[in-house]
Amino acid sequence: MSTSALRAKHRRSTLRTLAFLSPWLIGFTVFFAYPLISTVYFSFMRYDGFRPPAWTGTKNWTYVFTHYPFFWPALRNTLWLVVIMVTLRVAFGLGVGLLITRIRTATGVFRTLFYLPYLAPPVAATMAFAFLLNPGTGPVNSILEKTGLPAPGWFNDPTWSKPALTLLALWGIGDLMVIFMAALLDVPKEQYEAAELDGTTPWQRFRYVTLPNISPIIMFAVVTGVIQTMQYYTQPLIAGKVASGVIQGAGTQFEPGYPDKSTLTLPQLVYNLGFQRFDYGSACVVALVLFALSMAFTALLMRPRGGLIQAGER
Amino acid sequence: MTQLLEKPVESKAPHSPAARTAHRRAFLEWIAIHSLGVAAALFFTLPFLFVLLTSLMSDSQALSRDLIPHTWEWDNYRRVFDTPGFLTWWRNTLFYAVLGTALTVISSIPVAYALAKFRFRGRNLALMLVISMMMLPPQVVIIPMYLFWAKQLDLSGTLWPLIIPMAFGDAFSIFLLRQFLTTIPDEYLDAARVDGCGDLRTLLKVVLPMAKPGIAAVALFQFFYAWNDYFGPQIYASDNPGAWPLSYGLESFKGAHHTDWNLTMAATVLVMAPVILVFFFAQKAFVEGVTLTGVKG
Repeated sequence: MSTSALRAKHRRSTLRTLAFLSPWLIGFTVFFAYPLISTVYFSFMRYDGFRPPAWTGTKNWTYVFTHYPFFWPALRNTLWLVVIMVTLRVAFGLGVGLLITRIRTATGVFRTLFYLPYLAPPVAATMAFAFLLNPGTGPVNSILEKTGLPAPGWFNDPTWSKPALTLLALWGIGDLMVIFMAALLDVPKEQYEAAELDGTTPWQRFRYVTLPNISPIIMFAVVTGVIQTMQYYTQPLIAGKVASGVIQGAGTQFEPGYPDKSTLTLPQLVYNLGFQRFDYGSACVVALVLFALSMAFTALLMRPRGGLIQAGER
Repeated sequence: MTQLLEKPVESKAPHSPAARTAHRRAFLEWIAIHSLGVAAALFFTLPFLFVLLTSLMSDSQALSRDLIPHTWEWDNYRRVFDTPGFLTWWRNTLFYAVLGTALTVISSIPVAYALAKFRFRGRNLALMLVISMMMLPPQVVIIPMYLFWAKQLDLSGTLWPLIIPMAFGDAFSIFLLRQFLTTIPDEYLDAARVDGCGDLRTLLKVVLPMAKPGIAAVALFQFFYAWNDYFGPQIYASDNPGAWPLSYGLESFKGAHHTDWNLTMAATVLVMAPVILVFFFAQKAFVEGVTLTGVKG
């Protein structure tokens, strides 16, 4: 083939690739790249949406880090959720996954029942838990009191609101259960047989056969769990709103984080700064913090052997 | 592992003492596992049950600590439907979810196909950008996006700022579909090319029929995403109750029926039920999708 023909062929295939990618190329530019650059720009501007944006240097940044009362509580809550909620979710997901692979009777029924809560729409599920756990008439506290156990204030008590959210997150464990179930069924049977011949205890088989085999999946679950925690918005917001009893549209504005800032998360700050205080500049600062944290953990997923990219390429 | 444990039971004579111990151990283990299973099932289903029971209580009983209704007030559900706005929210959600899903599927398929099957420079970079977009909290770019839709295009008070971007590919759907399409052997594509099919025809006639489970999974996830979305409608449509979807309306319903837990729980059931019904009809595709976005290839 002559070089000009080759070049023509190459150009055709480039055009073809561009054509197929075009929806995403437009989407990427208009809904990702442009607004991201714009966010950086606004983070140095004073802008309330009415008067034209004005340069303020790093004022928004220092405001968010030193004077904005919600920033550090939100970051502390995020850390709490990462350490406790993510850990418990991974452990519980693995436990339920192990359980479901060993259930021999009515497996399908059990699997469906374990999976269903994951599907409950977040607003509805949070509303349901706000009712179940409400200290006045909630069934959970009724039962706890009948059995003589202490009945905490759950979503109305700053020390119990995050545990209550954790309970809600453990209820919706279906996604992790399915992923762990698939991973557990993939562990080669021969390894268990060999270990059993060696006279190992079940715990040793779990520790030295199961765990090493599924450790990439555990890593994947931890990292995606952390990333999801960065986006944790609807559940803490609704829980706070319902528990505080603020009536939407009745003139009062909901102060996020009820009770006592204990359910604040970073995404709520973007809403609070941008859409309640009309301080778009500072909202963009929080947005960029959120961006940096999410990308740092996403980079973990994209390392060689990190799980996501070569999945499906083997 | 359970299979391993049962093997000795089958292979040995049923009356030897060793077989009896093994049999008893297997039986005890069966009991232990299944009791745990029942306990877990209670943890996962009791919340649904209490919500359902409360939704059927009378107004006065809903204020008590009773767990089981004295009278079964099915009329609560009619009262929820009669609430001004409830049917509108329902219609808005359906509109958002159905149209959004259709647009997402149509626009994501060619992108996923190119990322899975075309060889070109920058493919890995493109894939990394897709994953980054997928992992990005929507709040990161919401300020410029809001200014764009509300101030420049004057579309606040509608759900269009949420629906239109779906016509330009959704990162999660592209990623999931791409994972699925890479599992289709290249031989099928080569055969189609030998038969004289162009790229578009290969995609439509050869790839799409084989990718049906992947497409079904993407459609389901996107449908659920739109159904559940709270942040988007809160940003763009909070000023206009006529444009609220169910997820947003449900919360205001709670506000308006401050102490009527029975009505709020009935509304909650009505928001949960469609999702669960859809799941029962498409269980297989859904579970497959969850596994696919995990590490399975």
